[in-house]
Amino acid sequence: MGKKVAFLQGNEAAAHGALYAGCNFFAGYPITPSTEVAEVLSAELPKIGGKFIQMEDEIGAMAALLGGALAGSKALTSTSGPGLSLKQELIGYGCIAEIPCVIYNVMRGGPSTGMPTGPSQSDVMCAKWGTHGDHPAICLVPASVQETYEEVIRAFNLSEKYRTPVMVMPDEIVAHMRERIVFPEKGEIEIIDRKSPTVPPEQYKPYDTSFGDVPPLASFGSEYRFHVTGLNKMQDGFPTTKASVVQEEEERQVRKVEGNADDIVKFEEYLLDDAEIVVVAFGSTSRSARYAVNEARKEGIKAGMFRLITYWPFPEKQLLALAKRGVKAFITPEMNLGMTHGLVKGCTEGNAPVLGIFRVDGEPINPGQILDKMKEVK
Amino acid sequence: MSKRYEIRFSGAGGQGLILAGVIMAEAASIYEGLQAVQSQSYGPEARGGSSKSEVIISDGPIDYPKATIVDALLALTQEAADKYSVDLKEGGVLLIDSELVTKQPKGNFKVVSFPITSTAKNEVGREIVTNIVALGAMVALTGMITRENAEKAVLARVPEAFLELNKKAFNIGYEKALAALA
Repeated sequence: MGKKVAFLQGNEAAAHGALYAGCNFFAGYPITPSTEVAEVLSAELPKIGGKFIQMEDEIGAMAALLGGALAGSKALTSTSGPGLSLKQELIGYGCIAEIPCVIYNVMRGGPSTGMPTGPSQSDVMCAKWGTHGDHPAICLVPASVQETYEEVIRAFNLSEKYRTPVMVMPDEIVAHMRERIVFPEKGEIEIIDRKSPTVPPEQYKPYDTSFGDVPPLASFGSEYRFHVTGLNKMQDGFPTTKASVVQEEEERQVRKVEGNADDIVKFEEYLLDDAEIVVVAFGSTSRSARYAVNEARKEGIKAGMFRLITYWPFPEKQLLALAKRGVKAFITPEMNLGMTHGLVKGCTEGNAPVLGIFRVDGEPINPGQILDKMKEVK
Repeated sequence: MSKRYEIRFSGAGGQGLILAGVIMAEAASIYEGLQAVQSQSYGPEARGGSSKSEVIISDGPIDYPKATIVDALLALTQEAADKYSVDLKEGGVLLIDSELVTKQPKGNFKVVSFPITSTAKNEVGREIVTNIVALGAMVALTGMITRENAEKAVLARVPEAFLELNKKAFNIGYEKALAALA
């Protein structure tokens, strides 16, 4: 028997990916262009004994998400720009309290209400710096319906493995586009669950680093009783202002992600072996870039693409290596005013010029624009 | 490299253009064994406003999901016909509703015209199936998908109580387009 196939939207695929990963709790507030995720899960979660809650707003949704996740659920919310802004305070709470959960954010035009039905890639900085303070950030940026399904599964796995909120951010085009998807069989993709405590309840500390940088997490409300706060905390979860503890804890929280960048950073190298011009792209823009690279090759231009699949942590090491190897230029096409452009410039340390193509008019960057930019490279 | 065939369904919100595109793409991808991507753009309004749905069909992987040079265009409003006919490739085909698009765009493409909405209303019996009449016509004009596979895709998408209505709509559209072409 062949595998199950379907013709789905990115958002629908995200919902099914979440179910494959073991998602049993959704809290959200509908918002274009992400509503289909909520729509599918509102129908599917009750069938498997899961919970679907439509909250009063995006803030409430994020609070419910953290509560559900802390109580042991695999929890998902879906939103878009304006909702992501509202969630930021509680995303910070999720980072410091180290609560595994997945935030699926479809990028539409901004700031504020912006362009609800228009595509954008302008939330990528918000994924890292939207909430204040130093904190870990993982953000995945799929480019197809199949990849959206798979990256949502990976987001759950990473959130459980590193005990932290993880974001998946397709742009509106990927989220609303329909493509054929082939569903993996049960067991075909590894599913990771959070580490549970191995000590008896009276010995349990929620941030016990003797188990490593990612301490085991008990389900809140079980016989394991512990304190949770947004303040800097000690290993037992109670607040502290003790300098050495705060410094150590802050560094550990960031290190558990940054120090495992090799496990988290995922990218695709397309025709890079002999490439003199490297397009750094992600999401739907990478599809235009692939088209442009193929066209350029026909004309004898040695172009290739470095496609980001993980946006945060940013693949600094890989891009620097490419720059040092000798590249005539990098090109960063993106549906924002230069967010990736700045990052690539920073991490390539002046070894090659970085040319930007920025578009915020609600229209996708088309292959012709990228091809034209390639021809500007001398 | 594989060959792209680009189809655009355009008009106003509420005319069912996105669904028509979805069915066309499903027919290609699931029933015809080709690769297909469907995308759309529309305004924030529930009805009215401009709406378009694009389908790219290919025998190989499809990178850029939006239309570049359109092979076949459906326009159900004058505005859509004026705005999008310029994207038609030479020798492409434009299908218009003869009662809604009174000024025929000119260019190096074939224009096929019949009263699509009136056909749905008067001959099929319900205006709501205008999109399926148009889809039948587009299947006939593009020749990318067999009539049988397209009909299967239509029927897989509609509630049981409306199977006959949609089947009729699809086939009338298909026949009318062939007749208009002849």
